[in-house]
Amino acid sequence: MSGSPLLMFEHGGLAELGRVPELAVAEFRAHVLDAVSGGARIATFFGRPAPGGAVRLLIVLSEEYTGILSAAATTVYDSYTALTPECPQAHWFEREIAEQWGVVPRGHPWLKPIRFHPSYRDGKDAWHRAEAPAAGDADFFRMEGEEIHEVAVGPVHAGIIEPGHFRFQCHGERVFHLEIALGYQHRGIERRLRGGPNARTLPYMETLAGDTSIGHALACCEALEALAGTRVPTRAHVLRGAALELERLANHVGDLGALAADIGFLPTASYCGRIRGDLLNMTAVLCGNRFGRGLVRPGGTAFDLAEEHVRDLQRRLRAAEQDTTGAAELLWQSSSVMGRFEDTGAITAETAQALGLVGPAARACGIERDVRRDFPSGIFRYAQIPVATFGSGDVFARAFVRALEIQRSIAFLKAQLDTLSPGPVLAPFGACAPNALAVALVEGWRGEICHTCLTGEDGRIDHYKVVDPSFHNWMGLAMALRGQQISDFPLCNKSFNLSYCGHDL
Amino acid sequence: MWKILLERFRQKHRTVGYPRRAPVLPERFRGLPAIDDAKVGDARAAIEACPVEALATDAAGRLRLDLGRCIFCGQCERACPEGGIVFGRDHRLCARTRDELVITAAGRTRAQTLDAAARRLFGRSLKLRQVSAGGCNACEADTNVLTTVVFDLSRFGIRFTASPRHADGLLVTGPVTLNMEAALRKTYEAVPAPKIVIAVGACAISGGLFADHEETRAGLADILPVDVFIPGCPPHPVTILDGLLRALGRIE
Repeated sequence: MSGSPLLMFEHGGLAELGRVPELAVAEFRAHVLDAVSGGARIATFFGRPAPGGAVRLLIVLSEEYTGILSAAATTVYDSYTALTPECPQAHWFEREIAEQWGVVPRGHPWLKPIRFHPSYRDGKDAWHRAEAPAAGDADFFRMEGEEIHEVAVGPVHAGIIEPGHFRFQCHGERVFHLEIALGYQHRGIERRLRGGPNARTLPYMETLAGDTSIGHALACCEALEALAGTRVPTRAHVLRGAALELERLANHVGDLGALAADIGFLPTASYCGRIRGDLLNMTAVLCGNRFGRGLVRPGGTAFDLAEEHVRDLQRRLRAAEQDTTGAAELLWQSSSVMGRFEDTGAITAETAQALGLVGPAARACGIERDVRRDFPSGIFRYAQIPVATFGSGDVFARAFVRALEIQRSIAFLKAQLDTLSPGPVLAPFGACAPNALAVALVEGWRGEICHTCLTGEDGRIDHYKVVDPSFHNWMGLAMALRGQQISDFPLCNKSFNLSYCGHDL
Repeated sequence: MWKILLERFRQKHRTVGYPRRAPVLPERFRGLPAIDDAKVGDARAAIEACPVEALATDAAGRLRLDLGRCIFCGQCERACPEGGIVFGRDHRLCARTRDELVITAAGRTRAQTLDAAARRLFGRSLKLRQVSAGGCNACEADTNVLTTVVFDLSRFGIRFTASPRHADGLLVTGPVTLNMEAALRKTYEAVPAPKIVIAVGACAISGGLFADHEETRAGLADILPVDVFIPGCPPHPVTILDGLLRALGRIE
């Protein structure tokens, strides 16, 4: 990207807002498309109000192979030429921009709401709706023809699951297309973060997606610490990393069990259901809460581990490792399991790249993409976890990558607990720099979490943007269902296990 | 086959002895809080430390803590270093009325069971439909845990059904987003009467962190009649189980 006018900055640092180049729309598009064709990914892309009723679009691109972030901005009014036709990664971002700010990305092939809320800009609505939209009230893609039928599921599902609406266009058992309508969990958190950080900021982060409390809290703290220039003590980095990996372990183990349950393989389903709880209880050893609520705070962690806690965790980890290995091995040894997992819900690496998939879903397509390696922060600058990949892109690959990551996270945790150095866990957290921008990337258990924090004149949060990994990956699930039997939907869905509330915010 | 049996043997029997045996809770568990007005010191500091406005003082200056809003973050405890507010280890938090959730230095009354007619109907067999109405998936996750071998909910005759038509009631989580209100009401209407409603978590009880958001309703209060309140953010699985069993009169 030599000669690019984009502002380059390092992950973990801050950029002065005034240095983000303001480009004309055509120039903005050309540079973004050029960077993406050269291998960059869209980490975040959003609008915010600009003077004169305009909307300023800000994009942050990430280059995995150089570890560099770059940013650019452009100002639009009612519409601009969409990026999506040439850059499918922008698909969901441009729908979000249209919904939030009433700006129409012209030529967007699939311009529909993603959360079903009124526009944030007075009098501007991308769909010229007079009233507040009803959830799921969208122009669904529809096939016509003899023996074509439509199946509608949700928002209330059969299990204890968050709400979402799924429309399948089917011919017999075969799914031609699945369209996913979300937004039922929309609570409007991002807008409430303005004026912070305050007493509510971290509780909001911990409930963006409750199963990713640590991941989101960590991303927020890293962004705030970059803005405030806080030096987090080493021991806190270790505790945060340990909590992040425990969160990954609990969810990955739970997912292996849920995948087994969806195909009726009860031994692994039962064991993993229990082991997942054991892992959540390890997080509770740290901070009293199974989801890690209250642990990660700006400046470090709110709790420390005593020597007996470390020994307790080491003992529990050994037991969990043995039990998980046994439970996972049963899956690979059972031909009935492998028969259901292999070649089900496959997506190609090309599709995954084009959509910008993240996390285990991308790594299961053979893509080496892991924030812990590509944009390391905290303890991951000192202790690397090998990236786990598998190439087949199917349900098996997504299960197997999780199993590999379980092994590697356990090895990491063991090493960290064995060598935990003494010291403080919380540094004083001061005021944030004014008129600045910080981007924090964290590899949550579902993939890349991206938090972008912009401060105003007073150093308070002026704009906050959250990208949960599910935001990138829901379209991956839709693509995985193409040509599949509708009866395999629960299995495919579970193999992605995306967040509804993390998407809906 | 042999490998499966061998692994089954190795993984052992893991169902907890609750409710006959006391639950095993983490050392740092934050359960039922206790207030000691004499040790509170600066009540305003505690009130301001609370991110969800669960704390207030009455006319006489005594602290009142609304467990229905509390997210059990412990910030008020830190703001009262003399021990004015202490989160204890008691996991039994459920209540039958919204008022019972407000605690003072005098403590609180233990929740009553459902009335005799409801106990006769549901006491030995309760089928619930779960509705997540804006929840962050933590309450959902810790409700789901009850169906694992650890808690083995079916041994109490309690199960979650796929259809509201097969259910005796709803277990609701989340602050009720505007986008879920219609679906929640329809699901409630689809449950045959007589039916009960159980609100799990601060969000479902009061809106929790999201109570003043225009995108949400402030919990179930104005939407459905609630029979059992189970506070927490999220409640520990054993707190949820206690709430279910206590309402049914299965534990004293």
